[in-house]
Amino acid sequence: MGQPQVQVDLEAEIAEQERVGLLRFITCGSVDDGKSTLIGRLLYESKLLYTDQLEVLEADSKRVGTRGGELDFALLVDGLAAEREQGITIDVAYRFFATDRRRFIVADTPGHVQYTRNMVTGASTSEAAVILCDARQGVLTQTRRHAHLVSLLGIKHVALAINKLDLVDYSQEVFDKISEEFRAFASEIGIREVACVPLSAVNGDNVVSNSDNTPWYTGPTLLGWLENVELTKDEEDLSGPARLLVQWVNRPNSEFRGFSGRVLSGVLRKGDRIRAVPGEAESTVERIVTMDGDLDEAIVGASVTVVLADEIDVSRGTVLAASDEPADVANAFQAHIVGMDSNDLVPGRHYLAKIGARTVGFTADHPKYRIDVDTLAHLPAKSIGLNEIAVANVHFDVPVAYEEFKRSRDLGSFIVLDRLTNATLGAGMIDFALRRSANVTWQQLTVDKRARAAQKGHQPAVVWFTGLSGAGKSTIADLVEKQLHAQGKHTFVLDGDNVRHGLSKDLGFTDTDRVENIRRIAEVSSLMVDAGLIVLVSFISPFQAERDQARELVAEGEFCEVFVDTPLDVAERRDPKGLYAKARKGELANFTGVDSEYERPENAEVHVDTTEFDPEQAASAVVAKLRDMGVI
Amino acid sequence: MKLNHLDRLEAESIDIFREAVAESERPALLYSIGKDSSVLVHLARKAFYPSTPPFPLVHVDTTWKFREMIEFRDSTASELGMELIVHKNPDCIAQGINPFDHGSAVHTDMWKTQGLRQVLDKHRFDAVFGGARRDEEASRAKERVFSFRSAQHRWDPKNQRPELWRLYNTRTAPGESVRVFPLSNWTELDIWHYIHRENIPIVPLYFAKERPVVDREGTLIMVDDDRMPLEDGEVPENKMVRFRTLGCYPLTGAVESTATTLPEIVAEMRAATTSERQGRVIDRDQSGSMERKKQEGYF
Repeated sequence: MGQPQVQVDLEAEIAEQERVGLLRFITCGSVDDGKSTLIGRLLYESKLLYTDQLEVLEADSKRVGTRGGELDFALLVDGLAAEREQGITIDVAYRFFATDRRRFIVADTPGHVQYTRNMVTGASTSEAAVILCDARQGVLTQTRRHAHLVSLLGIKHVALAINKLDLVDYSQEVFDKISEEFRAFASEIGIREVACVPLSAVNGDNVVSNSDNTPWYTGPTLLGWLENVELTKDEEDLSGPARLLVQWVNRPNSEFRGFSGRVLSGVLRKGDRIRAVPGEAESTVERIVTMDGDLDEAIVGASVTVVLADEIDVSRGTVLAASDEPADVANAFQAHIVGMDSNDLVPGRHYLAKIGARTVGFTADHPKYRIDVDTLAHLPAKSIGLNEIAVANVHFDVPVAYEEFKRSRDLGSFIVLDRLTNATLGAGMIDFALRRSANVTWQQLTVDKRARAAQKGHQPAVVWFTGLSGAGKSTIADLVEKQLHAQGKHTFVLDGDNVRHGLSKDLGFTDTDRVENIRRIAEVSSLMVDAGLIVLVSFISPFQAERDQARELVAEGEFCEVFVDTPLDVAERRDPKGLYAKARKGELANFTGVDSEYERPENAEVHVDTTEFDPEQAASAVVAKLRDMGVI
Repeated sequence: MKLNHLDRLEAESIDIFREAVAESERPALLYSIGKDSSVLVHLARKAFYPSTPPFPLVHVDTTWKFREMIEFRDSTASELGMELIVHKNPDCIAQGINPFDHGSAVHTDMWKTQGLRQVLDKHRFDAVFGGARRDEEASRAKERVFSFRSAQHRWDPKNQRPELWRLYNTRTAPGESVRVFPLSNWTELDIWHYIHRENIPIVPLYFAKERPVVDREGTLIMVDDDRMPLEDGEVPENKMVRFRTLGCYPLTGAVESTATTLPEIVAEMRAATTSERQGRVIDRDQSGSMERKKQEGYF
């Protein structure tokens, strides 16, 4: 009897969820500004805590709380054991709460300078920001940094929560002074509207209800502001041009070929004329397929599968765009980049970038400048370090569909990935395409060494490893090649094995033959340098004259001699191929170090003492030298 | 004209599924048979329709799951035409690991954590879908959607990859993997609403029914088979109970309830004053215990 009644309630409840909508926002501020306490209180006040969670909170407050046994709301939010012990927030935490008016997802982001990358992470998916500051401290470097990042990431709705007002006797003067200072800074960096709220998160003043302690304040409470921030993004996205980002080609059988992806903006309708970008091919939307049946249209945000009327070239990363307003295509941009990793993002080095649903080769030019977040001054920069914000021209190795970041988060952002460690090194936002790339007309080039090298993104060079047999040349050369390869450099190793068995198989080990052998290797290296490669030569090459001859075959700055210096007794003890033993027994004539001389290099670019450094360190020294020389 | 709340959550989850499948070589879905897994599988079907989801369901079986869960698991896999990989830790079988003789901590670690590592290693899965939500527990709230695991399956909360916009860094070196959580932004209420809206089948244990239970220190444990040792004079009692969370029957507390329909469950949940994980014995050992388990490789 009662069941249909309840049934109706659930339907109504689901309908109600549609009405309230969702706001994703971030909280940020300096260490100890009270972010976690504020969020804990919002959760507590919105009555979303269960009894058992409250019990854990009470117990934890007594055990590790910082409030003398009283409820420590920060403990609700600081979930990780490590940070409970340290008493700080170390990562982004996503928290959920709801009121009758709205549902919220809060990204709680840390205030420590070294964790700015996490704030950028939280901000990238947020529509509003609450920046906290301590009323006793006012606007600090961190406050400015966070405001700047919030603005950079395109967040339009900002509140400054001036917290701990109880500790300055709820002084209106203090509040006004901080508000004024912050508003001035905010307008400088393009944040048009700021709500300033006087707060005591610990005592609950102006969090959910207006406080008697601040009778002079007539604005909204913090929760009131969050509930009423007008969200314009949905409408903007809906009125944009139709764009569907293809993530996956759906081929269950030979009859069906669909393109699965998400509508990034606008409305895609059955019968719409679309263009597959990048490219010129056009077709018509024949079907919009979902498991619940075909649709006539898919609006922004929907994940669907599209079937086209024609067989055109579409793959992962293609943007299906309204043919009368297709997405732009370019491969070079000016971008803002935030350093996200302890390893710097280095100009000229080959990385990967993920944009939309494509992962492509990426290099950045030398930064035009980096931004001092405190003063907004432009400072010179050689690379982009952790937590730094820089502006640089960047190059993708293929043209990609894009939008300027201010128009589209989805097609205007990219992440930079390290080929070796897979770490996310940078977060990029496209300012605009460089003109020479937007209008793709290839300039006729004379294809020479320079042009070939430019295509590879490095300078060609010969890296010549010399040293006794068993010194460790090949080991180090191999490690260097791995590092260079991981950076996207085009390398080739010439060593005894691949030369003696072919090109020089007619040669023995007399001095004359050795010289001839080295001559051939030097010539081959020189040809490979013309082809634009980085050639790693690993040969005993005992004579200075031949090494000099090899050097002279290439241009200045293209030869890097690496002396792998291992004392004879050490090399002989290692004897990896048993050659010293044979030579000592007289079974091997003219063996360098035993009965043939080795001339120590006088002016090697790199001198590695293998009794002091391991092969990894040696390889790193060589790579560093190549960087100094401008090869990579 | 805009997507409603559940449509948005659905679209985002589908987006995550497609990204992970497109960028991994050997994906799999860790199927726990619970309501969240039911939603996860439903979303996977939607993400790849008309294709069948291009990955297997993996169940780490402890041999102590409710019998109804196993029935539900097998019928779900066969109805959907998805491959089902069931793994039971052979060391546990050999040593007869069970929650009564070895305690919940050893039982869970050996069967679940070690078992999971074994099956992931065996099949070299590089992307594994799970049904975790950020609203479940404090350490979950900090987890990324694409959560990176070392070759030893460890989670390093201090060294998580930044996750920006919708640009997930899915890259792994050989041996490494990512755990992928398409339900990250769902709440328990969203799950129930969606199950209702989409008519998604769930294990009947979620609905109240007369079941034989014993009271162990205030926790109602269902006597699901005759392996359950009864104490002297202890007699299972038939009570109207249901489960808010499902796992190994000796470690899963029932709640007394008369809710036999989804709307009644939601109404009951609304009135409830305990969170859903509270029925799980393993979480209560010590606060922070979930984080430790996760660092060791627990899902």
